[in-house]
Amino acid sequence: MTTAEKYVTAAYCAVFAVVLVYVVLIALKLQRLEREVDELERTGPKAAEGERETISVG
Amino acid sequence: MVSVHRSHRVSLPALATASLVLVTLALALVFFVVPNDADQGFSQRIFYFHVSIAFTAYACFAGGAWKALVHLWKRDPRADLESYVAVHQGVIFGALVLITGSIWAKISWGHWWLWSEDQLVLFLVLFLFYCAYFMLRYSVDAGPQRANFSAVYALFGVVLIPVSFLAIRIAKSFIHPVVFTRSGPNFGGWMLAAYCVAQVAVLVLAYTLYRIELAGKRIDLRLRELRLA
Repeated sequence: MTTAEKYVTAAYCAVFAVVLVYVVLIALKLQRLEREVDELERTGPKAAEGERETISVG
Repeated sequence: MVSVHRSHRVSLPALATASLVLVTLALALVFFVVPNDADQGFSQRIFYFHVSIAFTAYACFAGGAWKALVHLWKRDPRADLESYVAVHQGVIFGALVLITGSIWAKISWGHWWLWSEDQLVLFLVLFLFYCAYFMLRYSVDAGPQRANFSAVYALFGVVLIPVSFLAIRIAKSFIHPVVFTRSGPNFGGWMLAAYCVAQVAVLVLAYTLYRIELAGKRIDLRLRELRLA
């Protein structure tokens, strides 16, 4: 492999690596959002039920 | 509750597939079809993605400025978020321009960086200007004030784009190559075809990443609003 080939490979690998890191970061963020949605789904209805129990009727 | 949702004509999976196909095609053309450059030899192959990424970074910054203008004009919260994501994309692609440019400079000129080159320094100024956008944005609490500050800043930055682009054309002496002149590109045949495919590929890739990030940001915002509701 010549010096020019090594540098060209390095340039394209750098582009690939940056895009890959970006996609991984976005994927991690989407995972966090998914967990938060799950958490909201679990806690949401319970909280609503709790509120209904404390309301005095009549 | 403020809605930041906006429907798009092209679906994300279709965009992702198009990005993959176009980038693969561009790489195949660059490495297996395009002949070696008579002057620079094999190292000239960096050009196809370096220049495409540079134009994409300019497009992202210009898109961010356009959305900023829309925000200031119509007070649309969706435009603020879109402007932010476009500027973020521009900074990522700007970093790639600097990385690939430095590698190419090392092969061609024997230096990683030359402070005497207006084109390089002006692009760095543009890049740092938009890096500072995030410092401004996150130093102000979320709300209309932050959106307005960010929009005005993004709009100011757009002035630097033509300055950066025209720097090598107005410079008296330079070693940075000029490939696009008033009479057209300085290359043709497979080289031009490969460049065009690479340019479209990088633009589609950038738009795909923009849409993915925007979708994430919108979900994040809606979740916060749901928690507060």
